[in-house]
Amino acid sequence: MKNISSLILVFILLVIWQGAAMGVDAAYILPSPTQILERLWELREPLILVHLPATMGVTALGLCISVVLGLLLAISMDWNPKLEKALYPIIVASQTIPTTAIAPLFILWFGYGIWSKVLVTILMTFFPIAITVFDGLKGTKREMEELLMTYGATKKDIFLKLKLPTALPSFFSAIKMSIPLSVIGAAIAEWLGAQKGLGYFSKRMMTQLDGAGVFAPVVLLSVVAMVTVWIITIIERKIITWRKEL
Amino acid sequence: MLEFKNVSFRYDVDAFSMMEDLSFSVEDGEFVSIIGASGCGKSTIFRLINGLEKPQKGEILVDGKPIASLKQYSAFMPQKDLLFPWRTIEKNICLPMELAGVPPKEQEARCREVLEQVGLLDYMKKYPKDLSGGMKQRVSFARTLLSGADMLLLDEPFSALDYLTRVEMQEWLLHQWEHYDKTILFITHDVEEAVFLSQKIFVIQDRPFSSMEMVEVPLSYPRDRSDLKKPEIVELKEQLIGKLRRSVSV
Ligand SMILES: Nc1ncnc2c1ncn2[C@@H]1O[C@H](COP(=O)(O)OP(=O)(O)OP(=O)(O)O)[C@@H](O)[C@H]1O
Ligand SMILES: [Mg+2]
Repeated sequence: MKNISSLILVFILLVIWQGAAMGVDAAYILPSPTQILERLWELREPLILVHLPATMGVTALGLCISVVLGLLLAISMDWNPKLEKALYPIIVASQTIPTTAIAPLFILWFGYGIWSKVLVTILMTFFPIAITVFDGLKGTKREMEELLMTYGATKKDIFLKLKLPTALPSFFSAIKMSIPLSVIGAAIAEWLGAQKGLGYFSKRMMTQLDGAGVFAPVVLLSVVAMVTVWIITIIERKIITWRKEL
Repeated sequence: MLEFKNVSFRYDVDAFSMMEDLSFSVEDGEFVSIIGASGCGKSTIFRLINGLEKPQKGEILVDGKPIASLKQYSAFMPQKDLLFPWRTIEKNICLPMELAGVPPKEQEARCREVLEQVGLLDYMKKYPKDLSGGMKQRVSFARTLLSGADMLLLDEPFSALDYLTRVEMQEWLLHQWEHYDKTILFITHDVEEAVFLSQKIFVIQDRPFSSMEMVEVPLSYPRDRSDLKKPEIVELKEQLIGKLRRSVSV
């Protein structure tokens, strides 16, 4: 096991946290890891049956839309250099906008329903996906492209047979990067205004000064995000066997 | 037959022409090498032949027809193997046929045949990462063959290989050439390689160049490495090296 040292580190940090929490002895400010787990267990039913599905719904929907839009944008910028010139700088610049700061606007505009949250999620993930995939497409080797041209390949052939496989690793990176981002996006949006969801639940626990209750949904969210990324990594390893050689 | 007629070419970004008024021709079935100092424009000649660059003046003809009107008349094999790592050896070799719309059944049959010929049938379902440098160049050559063109443009195909593999590959290539009846244009830095392989050697000396000096190799096929020790061949090698030296110092 090559991650053994990081596991040990995590364990040490947890022990320190536990010790500090027991020292402070004020669960509403700093709950200990064991208290959080306990609370997670107590709250398992509403968390897993009601709030987790709500948040996952927002995350999945937002992520899917982001992937489709991001791919479309990346591909069209790669296809048409004029579009690239016009859009690329804007996209890069837009990365500096603090999404979390403008999220409340979306709640204001689109209300407390699911769409305002989906929009925040899209806003968080769309641009990183577009840029990563675009850079992946641009990473195509000129020599390989020219070789295909000498075989009489059309632009479409070059796209399907060369660019797409070349960009596949970037596509997976984009997905793995945007899963945590979309979870954060969904949770923030729920925090700002919702009737259910883990973000909303966490906020409600906050108003009740239930420190462990604030943490419990966060722990659940992190675990779900990590498991999803892990599954994607396994799929990626199955599909991409050539990463090292490019 | 390949003909260059008064071809002038300059890259857009360059201030000086690469070649001016260049004319030469290569007969069907010949094995011709092109040698010259680094950066003198050898690869550019290939880029012109396979249509990646267009000459500003002059004409390039294959069998009397301008290349713009032709398809699949030449096949290019680069220095790096440029095999696609996500494709099996079989799929790599089939790539040019795929693009030309050859039916899958026929693709597989031809792929098998050529892999048998280059001695890599067992590797059909393997990936490029499973092959050594020499094997990859053989696969790359097989791919070039199956593009169906009669004229093969080989740009320093063996220069990245170690000496022993290179020597082996040279003998192998001559074998393939005799078997397949193709025209081969071969770029190299290595005078000995050019002498061992080709019937004619074109030497690029000037910059820009308007002609290439043609030197014939007084050896018949099949050839043996011991032929390289013959006095007239040793003499020829020295002569060629002298020409290249002069062109570098100019
Ligand atoms: N696509 C290109 N655009 C602009 N200039 C180029 C291009 N390709 C090559 N050149 C320039 O043209 C010159 C000749 O290049 P070329 O590749 O034909 O030389 P070469 O004889 O094949 O050299 P080498 O032996 O190093 O391969 C070089 O100075 C190079 O910088
Ligand atoms: Mg070159």
